Amino acid sequence: MSQPESAVADAQAGGASPLPEEPLAELAARYGLRRAIARPPLGQYLRQLWERRHFIRTYATSRNVSKYSNSALGQLWQVLTPLLNAGVYYVMFGVILGAQNGIPNYPAFLITGIFVFTYTQRSVLGGSRSISSNLGLVRALHFPRGALPIAYTVQELQQLAVSMCVLMVLVVAIPPHETITIAWLLIPVVLLLQTMFNIGAAMAMARVGAMVRDTSQLLPFVMRFWLYASGVFFSIPQKLEKFPEWIQVVMQFNPAATYIELMRDILIESHRPAPYIWPFAIFWAVFGLAAGFWYFWRAEERYGRG
Amino acid sequence: MADVKVAPLTEQEKQERKAERRPTVIVDDLHIVYRVYGAASEHEKGNAASALMRIVRRQGRPQMTEVHAVKGVSFVAYHGDAIGVIGRNGSGKSTLLRAIAGLLPPHSGAVYTDGQPSLVGVNAALMRDLTGERNIVLGCYAMGLTQQQVKEKYDDIVDFSGIGKFINLPMRTYSSGMGARLRFAIASAKSHDVMLIDEALATGDREFKRKSQKRIKQMREEAGTVFLVAHNLDVIEETCNRVIWLHDGKIRMDGDPHTVIEAYNNA
Repeated sequence: MSQPESAVADAQAGGASPLPEEPLAELAARYGLRRAIARPPLGQYLRQLWERRHFIRTYATSRNVSKYSNSALGQLWQVLTPLLNAGVYYVMFGVILGAQNGIPNYPAFLITGIFVFTYTQRSVLGGSRSISSNLGLVRALHFPRGALPIAYTVQELQQLAVSMCVLMVLVVAIPPHETITIAWLLIPVVLLLQTMFNIGAAMAMARVGAMVRDTSQLLPFVMRFWLYASGVFFSIPQKLEKFPEWIQVVMQFNPAATYIELMRDILIESHRPAPYIWPFAIFWAVFGLAAGFWYFWRAEERYGRG
Repeated sequence: MADVKVAPLTEQEKQERKAERRPTVIVDDLHIVYRVYGAASEHEKGNAASALMRIVRRQGRPQMTEVHAVKGVSFVAYHGDAIGVIGRNGSGKSTLLRAIAGLLPPHSGAVYTDGQPSLVGVNAALMRDLTGERNIVLGCYAMGLTQQQVKEKYDDIVDFSGIGKFINLPMRTYSSGMGARLRFAIASAKSHDVMLIDEALATGDREFKRKSQKRIKQMREEAGTVFLVAHNLDVIEETCNRVIWLHDGKIRMDGDPHTVIEAYNNA
């Protein structure tokens, strides 16, 4: 692939803009020019993300709106989707398979589990696609890439806000009717902790999804396994009754199971709380967010390649 | 990204800046190697059995092909330059621009820039399912404008794009020309130190070409640097003060537009 002699000669003859004598790297340093690809320090990166908060919010809202804009019922689906989901799972597990086995208020138990798990599940799945399916945007504009997985999580949070209203109405409406207690004030706290964890998980999966191309094929199976391990359909302490308590604690350490358990504690009076549930929830929120954020930020300059 | 508020320069300052010829973009022996997936090689058969055999034989990722798109390009661009980049399809023009924008990491060599370059390309789709209006707001936020700035710029962007009542329709219903116009209008709403325009003006009509050329001129006067990729050589000759001719990933010629374009036409 060598250049023909004449081409080199041409380049020199037409050289209205010859290269300077000094090495280009030194010239760049002298005028304070920086490498086009450089990862900003963590503090600066956080500030850039904060400056993009309107982008994150608008992007999440826009995606939620456009998701249903082609259907006849339009935004009504924001409420219908969680309702139908709850219905399907209740008929499958509650009625046909009869998974109740002694769980008091099984409908509330099941629907709470599904809604809380769906939030984490959809954040992780969305996060894993957030970079790879927005390559056009990533390659066109400069912004801290972390805005994308965060926006996907915020989108799911907006959807969850609707689901939670449906959930609270259902829990009170279907027998045995739960009563609204002072503990319900803790719902936003639990959602905040779960959101922190979800952002961390979405960011970590965004990097994995951007770098490993088979993620989108494999992830649904991992998520399915996670769903069954998280005690959405059954009670973990009940299933593991015959085993020593530490095994229950280990199973309960699973972040999805933790947030589900916590939400059930609040919503369902008859629910018996699992041990160490609050420390687990706080640990996952702080550790998940910090680790996921750090892992994503480490590859900031590499997104959009290929 | 600091959105520096540049005070308008006086004529004298402009002259001084030009005389000083401060570099804004330095490209130092840049090599870009692309990875392309899914490009089937000859003995690659697209079935599961052969995929399994490949893994068993530990041949690993054979669907990946490496493309050496830019092969050792060096040049220095200065304040107030408008540089046209010409060359045949596949000569590495778009790749070079994306590398300058900091969107493709160099394989070796380096790109140094002053501030954050911004790339306007044909394929820089924002969100196809959203209305033009939403796209303007999102694009502006992504560039780091504040809510107040977006409000101020909004009408200006709509006017400049000339989209009119289509602004309330999803972007997927736009013609390619309308999409390109809107993208250019959004990207040029913010003053950039370095702006890279990749074919974005190619699909616009006559009226829009005139408007965008005026805006590029204005940006040059504000001491910015503009790179322009276009197949329409007239546009380049009218707008640019320097032309780089890329051939097969290397600089074939770099200099005065008239000279370079003449040589290109004769090649």
